[in-house]
Amino acid sequence: MRRFFRVLAHEWRCLWLSPASYVAGVLFLLLLGLLYWAILRGFTLLPQEQTPATQFFRLFWIPVFFVVPLLTMRGFAEERRTGMLERTLTTTVRPVQLVLAKFGAVYGFYLLLWAATLLFPWIAVQGTSLEAGRRLLYDLPSLWGGLLFVAVSGLLFLSLGLFCSSLSRSQLVSAILSFTGLFLVIAGSRLLLEIPRVTPDVPGGFGGPVRYLQVFEHLLDFSAGIVDTRPFLFYLSGTVLFLFLTTVAVARRL
Amino acid sequence: MDPADASIRAVDLSRSFGRHRAIEGVSFAVGRGEVVGFLGPNGAGKSTTVRILTGLLRASSGEAWVEGHSLAREPERVQQLLGYMPENNPLPEDLRVGEFLRYRAALKGLRRRREREQRVGELLVQCDLQRETERKRIGKLSKGYRQRVGLADALLAHPRVVLLDEPTLGLDPHQVLGFRRLVEGLRGSLTLVLSSHVLPEVERLCDRSVILNRGQVVAAGTPAELREQFAAGRTYHLRAEGSPAEIGDRLRRVDPTLRREEDPVEEGGRVHHLRFSSGAEPDLSPRFVEALEAAGAIRLHAIHREEASLEDIFLAATRPSWKERQRPGRAEDHPAGRGGDA
Repeated sequence: MRRFFRVLAHEWRCLWLSPASYVAGVLFLLLLGLLYWAILRGFTLLPQEQTPATQFFRLFWIPVFFVVPLLTMRGFAEERRTGMLERTLTTTVRPVQLVLAKFGAVYGFYLLLWAATLLFPWIAVQGTSLEAGRRLLYDLPSLWGGLLFVAVSGLLFLSLGLFCSSLSRSQLVSAILSFTGLFLVIAGSRLLLEIPRVTPDVPGGFGGPVRYLQVFEHLLDFSAGIVDTRPFLFYLSGTVLFLFLTTVAVARRL
Repeated sequence: MDPADASIRAVDLSRSFGRHRAIEGVSFAVGRGEVVGFLGPNGAGKSTTVRILTGLLRASSGEAWVEGHSLAREPERVQQLLGYMPENNPLPEDLRVGEFLRYRAALKGLRRRREREQRVGELLVQCDLQRETERKRIGKLSKGYRQRVGLADALLAHPRVVLLDEPTLGLDPHQVLGFRRLVEGLRGSLTLVLSSHVLPEVERLCDRSVILNRGQVVAAGTPAELREQFAAGRTYHLRAEGSPAEIGDRLRRVDPTLRREEDPVEEGGRVHHLRFSSGAEPDLSPRFVEALEAAGAIRLHAIHREEASLEDIFLAATRPSWKERQRPGRAEDHPAGRGGDA
């Protein structure tokens, strides 16, 4: 356990030394800031059904598509290319400890980035004197629900990104693989519903299980304050699977 | 060698990558405190053997022991006993030297902070990395200093065996000299294995050599043993005035195995440079001098006996036989056999 925390602290520090982390952080906050501003602008023009926070977190996929590959592409691809991975594994550190430490560091950074977006409603509240406006901006169920969704789904997305990084020596290839994987997880399950046998209304079809994979529906549930155990199971089991596959890839593809 | 005295013992190690056999039936032993050179052309299987010993690769068959501990059954214990500097010496560019060594010390089981600080301090001095070098980013260091950092890392956990894979590759002569001094300083305190194809380096540093070719051990022993096996006898260089034929006759009366290696080279006047090879082991130079002095018409200017270098031995040991050259699908035809060490 002590070794795991050592590697975790080292990986955390390396993330802060890496220019890719700063690029990811700046792009993430800039893009999400603009999106939040556009959402608030929409509220000034037309009445809206959903709160700003719900609308904001519905756009989670936009930053996920570039932040996750940017944060994870270095993980194993670069270390394998330079040979640092080999050097680390000649110590008594086990592949599983290394994988969990890298995952822990990158997940902490990802959570930090999303936590920074809490500043957006705070800044918006400073600019309004209307009590109703303040309540709308600080709608706690949708804010915490959205953040909880981001935190839970981030486990799966980042473990997928790390797995892609363990498959290649090239950061570019691992980023492309990661982007494709994320697209399949986020949008692919929705496209599956277009297949006739998979449509939820067809009796005896695969609609039920496929509905269980709908990432956007999970978000709506979380934002509405509904915390169902099924999405948790989906994201956690996916995370465990990808971390296991990453460990196998790291241990075998030296 | 008695197995109890062996620091490293490998028996019948084999490893395949798909259909390609990187090493096959590799057996050798390294005694405690010895400095042993692992020699071989690119693709010979040196790095594969070293990586098996470090536990990074599993052998397809065979077994190895380090300080009596089985690599297959006690891999963690073996890793604690080994220090390893990989080929190309990969290091994190963004970290500072001291910071990197402290982190590595923690990973290598030096638990207490004071213990880590003390060990890192010792190695910074030993590898001449103290003061401003300690605070430099590794990415800013010269290749020579990077090798020192790599060696310091390999020595951190007081290993009993250190494996250095191509440690002087890419260093300039000054850096090679500095690195050689460092390694010389370690002699006797631990077992050192140098994998290299830089022959003069191995010749200067190592007590014994193990020569690999096409994934198999083709020779092993001290320089004297290898000479006897692959380049028996000596070469004599002479500068003398007189008839080359008569010089040859006079010398052959002393040593009937003597034969002229090449045609005499005239160096002006009647002075010739002659080269003879002899199958006899003892130094016959004094007797040759006597024999030539007894002949009135011959005037000897110089005589010099030359031993076969490790390069000669290496070339003789790694020369493919006619049979191997004819065999289809041999190691050098395989992609892994061309690009570098498998």
